[in-house]
Amino acid sequence: MIKHESIETNVGLLIILTLIVVSIGGLVEIVPLFYIDDTIEEVEGIRPYTALELRGRDIYQREGCYLCHSQMIRPFRDELLRYGHYSLAAESQYDHPFQWGSKRTGPDLARVGGKYSNEWHVAHLNNPRDVVPQSIMPNYPWLLATDLDYSDVQDRMRALKVTGVPYSETQAEYDANVTEFGADVADQLDILRAEEHLMQQALAGNYDGQRSRITEMDALVAYLQVLGTMVDFSKYDEGYFAEFR
Amino acid sequence: MAQTGIGGVQQYNYDIIKKFAIMTLVWGLLGMATGVYIASELAWPFLNFDIPQITFGRLRPVHTTLVIFGFGGSALFATSYYVVQRTCQTRLYSDWMATLTFWGWQSAVALGAVSYMFGYTQSREYAEFEWPIDLIILVTWVVYFTVYIMTVRRRSQPHIYVANWFYIAFILVIALLHIFNNLAVPVGLFSLKSYSLFSGVQDAMTEWWYGHNAVGFFLTAAFLGMMYYFVPKQAGRPVYSYRLSIVHFWSLAFLYMWVGAHHLHWTALPDWTSTLAATFSIMLLLPSWGGMINGIMTLSGAWDKLRTDPIMLFLITSLSFYGMSTFEGPLMSLKSVNALSHYTDWTIGHVHSGALGWVAMVSFGSFYHMVPRLYDTRVYSTRLIYLHFWLATFGIVLYITSMWVAGIVQGLMLRSFDDYGNLSYTFVESVAFLHKPYVWRALGGLFFLSGVAVMAFNLFMTIRRSRTEAAELETRIAVKMARA
Repeated sequence: MIKHESIETNVGLLIILTLIVVSIGGLVEIVPLFYIDDTIEEVEGIRPYTALELRGRDIYQREGCYLCHSQMIRPFRDELLRYGHYSLAAESQYDHPFQWGSKRTGPDLARVGGKYSNEWHVAHLNNPRDVVPQSIMPNYPWLLATDLDYSDVQDRMRALKVTGVPYSETQAEYDANVTEFGADVADQLDILRAEEHLMQQALAGNYDGQRSRITEMDALVAYLQVLGTMVDFSKYDEGYFAEFR
Repeated sequence: MAQTGIGGVQQYNYDIIKKFAIMTLVWGLLGMATGVYIASELAWPFLNFDIPQITFGRLRPVHTTLVIFGFGGSALFATSYYVVQRTCQTRLYSDWMATLTFWGWQSAVALGAVSYMFGYTQSREYAEFEWPIDLIILVTWVVYFTVYIMTVRRRSQPHIYVANWFYIAFILVIALLHIFNNLAVPVGLFSLKSYSLFSGVQDAMTEWWYGHNAVGFFLTAAFLGMMYYFVPKQAGRPVYSYRLSIVHFWSLAFLYMWVGAHHLHWTALPDWTSTLAATFSIMLLLPSWGGMINGIMTLSGAWDKLRTDPIMLFLITSLSFYGMSTFEGPLMSLKSVNALSHYTDWTIGHVHSGALGWVAMVSFGSFYHMVPRLYDTRVYSTRLIYLHFWLATFGIVLYITSMWVAGIVQGLMLRSFDDYGNLSYTFVESVAFLHKPYVWRALGGLFFLSGVAVMAFNLFMTIRRSRTEAAELETRIAVKMARA
């Protein structure tokens, strides 16, 4: 048995023992999350973001939306009524980084997609008090006035590909995506045609109500409108997801 | 003592400590002013003024970064360099390396704050720095580690004093956390944007393992190191129990690293992880209170000092707030309590009772002890220390009580059902309720900030007086020499 005095007089020993003591907790709690199979639910419909949605997500991060809005619905009755089905781990499996948030100064956004019209979002982001008089959210008028910069969207997708998001560059990767997600989604995940598809989605969706331009508002609203819409919960039994908790 | 011998090398490197001490006050004033401003934005949203750089979402990380890393970090550099030299009775290992840590750290904080305002953020709470700044921090930290450990190795007696254990644990753990939490893939060599390596549930776990241990080791262990030097020094008495400090050091270091997942109760994180975190959070109460008891009981037999010494008042009050918030923490980590408190302002109140009550108060006390010694003089005004103490204490109490009201009432409103089983309130009705607590909170912050302004003035005058004293001394010596 070593005496504590030998630690107090030897800085090398102090460093090594401290490192051992502080490593255990993280090792036990984090490492298994990468290996235990049912950490992430098996569920259909989850796909990576399209180029336009990805740029919208970047803007969401840039403006610090996560500081007031969570994207994580908890399994409580009031949250079910207010926001919908509780969030699945699978629903953020392509989120680098996660945007679960830690504070609700505004409501949760995990299932805001499809809840309001594009026009509502544009009006709300432009001046929240026009549609919600008691809101304390800042105005974001510059979103509608700023053209979306998507010159580096391919680089962004390549960086995400390195982290494991299945954006495709080769024919083989594209084919794999067709099998996994279907041809329509696979097209959207093609890095080489990302700019083309981004423009197409923005023009077809016309999220910001201005047909002539692609603005930051287009991207952000496209992102908000896809949140929480990927899983069709009517396909699953009520008890199914509980098995993974 | 480190006197400025004419032409001689000082026994200790006080110059680097002075630099960090001054930046502590600068960042403290800026960071807390930003805090008061964003608190006001929540009460009166017109203050966002449609200017992207000052909207709440961009300024909030500026506030947390300036206060935690600017104010807290500089205070830790200053006091750790002071404590390691004094307790090891040796000069810092390397002056240029210490200077490098100064410029590395200050540039990281400044660049971070500016980059958030322009929208460059990793969007990981308390680790918002984008990758180039993370690299600056990494280099700075390795140099800091080297300076610190090499100085400890040059100590002139066999034992390493307990304050140094805490500072060493802090340096080691922050390195570990910083590296793993900031693993990211940059978009390009010339792009500030990066995407974190992990995603979703693993990313969330990594971030809160980082986030809570930044609290545990940056804001707790390191400041306990500060406490273990300055409380006994100011009290003029030895630490209450050496054995207790051994037990609580090792248990604190072990237990803290398990509790981060209590930030993720009821989320998509598997239940086993958050249950484990809650369990360890309860156990953590013991080492936390071990430190509090060890600090406060150091004053045993000399309680009368609280009546005569405002510095002691700061130190003992900080330990009381430490005890209070480390009791509140485990309480909030219970799943049933967390179901109500999470996502509300109760969390914000809890953080500030720790950050203002413990971290800032123990730093103030230590600085009132240390700064006059660095400049070889006395504090300019003891009355102003009292004024600072009461402004700070009143500000904290106002802050945390308004946040308790805000958090608990909002939590109850959101889970309330009417007789027909429908939700009683919409979300925005709870937001409307929050207006008054938000006003009180901003006011509390303003009190605290004005206390820091009083401190800055007091220490500025202290430094200025030390210069006139030195000048007078030199004149007198010169006159004497001329006569002789």
